[in-house]
Amino acid sequence: MIRRRGWLVVTTLLVAGLVLPIYWTLVSSFTPESRLFAAPSLVPHGLVFDHYRALFTQRDFWTPIRNSLIVASATTMVSVALGAACAYAIARLRFRGKSLLLAFVLAVSMFPQMAIVSPLYVVLRAMHLLNTYPGLVLPYLTFAMPLAIWLLVGFFRQLPADLEEAAMMDGAGRMRTLREVILPLALPGLATTAILTFLYRWNEFLFALSFTLGPERYTVPVAITLFRGQYQVPWGQVLAAAVIATIPVAAIVLVAQRRIIAGLTSGAVKG
Amino acid sequence: MAAVTLRRVSKRFPNGALAVRDVTLEIADGELLVLLGPSGSGKSTLLRLIAGLDVPTAGAVLIDGRDVTAVPPQHRDLAMVFQSYALYPHKTVRQNLEFSLRVRRVTGIAGRVQRAAELLGIAALLDRKPAELSGGQRQRVALGRAIVREPRAFLLDEPLSNLDPLLRVSTRTELALLHRRLGTTMVYVTHDQEEAMTLGTRIAVMRDGRVEQVDAPLDVFRRPANVFVAGFVGSPAMNVWEEGDGLSAGAGQGTVLGIRPHDIELTDSTAADGRGRIEVVEPLGAATLIHLRVDRRSSDLVRVVISADRAVAVGDVVGFRLRRDRVHQFDRETGRRRDG
Repeated sequence: MIRRRGWLVVTTLLVAGLVLPIYWTLVSSFTPESRLFAAPSLVPHGLVFDHYRALFTQRDFWTPIRNSLIVASATTMVSVALGAACAYAIARLRFRGKSLLLAFVLAVSMFPQMAIVSPLYVVLRAMHLLNTYPGLVLPYLTFAMPLAIWLLVGFFRQLPADLEEAAMMDGAGRMRTLREVILPLALPGLATTAILTFLYRWNEFLFALSFTLGPERYTVPVAITLFRGQYQVPWGQVLAAAVIATIPVAAIVLVAQRRIIAGLTSGAVKG
Repeated sequence: MAAVTLRRVSKRFPNGALAVRDVTLEIADGELLVLLGPSGSGKSTLLRLIAGLDVPTAGAVLIDGRDVTAVPPQHRDLAMVFQSYALYPHKTVRQNLEFSLRVRRVTGIAGRVQRAAELLGIAALLDRKPAELSGGQRQRVALGRAIVREPRAFLLDEPLSNLDPLLRVSTRTELALLHRRLGTTMVYVTHDQEEAMTLGTRIAVMRDGRVEQVDAPLDVFRRPANVFVAGFVGSPAMNVWEEGDGLSAGAGQGTVLGIRPHDIELTDSTAADGRGRIEVVEPLGAATLIHLRVDRRSSDLVRVVISADRAVAVGDVVGFRLRRDRVHQFDRETGRRRDG
């Protein structure tokens, strides 16, 4: 009994600690600028939409949102599609140097981002890709692909090999098996991979700051950072922007988590 | 319709294990050959070699005289029923049955699916997903997925092992009927000797990657080729002992004797071959299995099947007689059957 109560207290504190900053951000984003610093209060009163209105009237916050969506979605789609093909090959086919290849893939993702910003900048400039969408998507892929491959190799290995063999006996080739049997079953894994990739790229800051040159290509994190003027930081708007930037992420996770949890493979083999 | 031939086939796995050793086997067109053996005997691997899911490290696999050793499974036109059934969980029963036909782009898919489903009594389940089916129903869908294709041969990997005993026996009968009706070659893997005896037109008994004997079921039972087959086929298992170990059948030294529990009679006369004390009584219903401790024998108990009508109790001392014409003799060194 005491033990259970103890756990309850710990859980409550943990959740409170996690939720509080989000709650504070939310409340503050609706609090008038004048009261933001005067009397910080956790109990909301006299809420206004000023900051949100300002985001879309005084500033053009739609553009960074659109940029972020395009860049993060493109990265996600390409890395999941290519990553699935690579991961399936690594998980199921036997070929020389497989473990070396996997180690190499992992090594790529271990480079500190900071270390490759300058060389990448030079490369992208030479390719005339600075300040373009491909100029962000390509560098993102170098980090998104290893993650996707590693996650998906794990998911593919969990699938019963019987199913693929059954498909082969049914006359299907590798690609057909992948398309009609493996991918539908790996959907939870694909969803997880897609979500993680999307989240990382949605939040990515360093590359976005370095490889974009003007507001027409800024992504959300870059745009928010550059809100600060010479003499003041418009905290109300920053917080409102942060709330907006969180919405798609939260929405995706809420929608997708049922997909992830649903045990799609149940009933495949004797259970 | 196809005849399958294995010519000196061996399979060594990358970890060094030799799962199949130099197996030569002719499976005639329309035959139902049972691969019987304990777990780890290589019977499933042999089936996978025929299927093409594994490639032999030596030897050749022929279908209707054509060497298919290097042909991938999808081009061998064989159907397989997996022990786990391996139904596509995201597809309905109908889609499961259709898949192989769609892959081959044949016409009249709907009709063929319907006929196969009716044959197996799963027509009412066509729109369900595998997760919504019972074990027996899944098993039928797995069978249906195989027969809808009208393949050249069926490969069945312990298809009944996941069913409860009652269902297993009835499905076994249906499989036999199905085989007679379709007349297609079947290769059937099992470790259950009763299944093998009742289903097979021939049985290939396997051990340690080798085929020990290939014969019609009753021939395997009546004339086991060696001690292993003698002990593995038949239930309750054959009594086996060395000549001179308490019981003699008049064969010379270096002989291993075997006699089935059915071929020993209890007798009170002085013509008894020996006497023993009853240690265990196992009523089987139609008959009773008793285990005898025989004085001069060092090793195992002697199993005897007697009529269920005969009243016996643990502790009774009884005399017994071996039916001389049913005593099997094996060479102690090689384990091989001795007589002609």
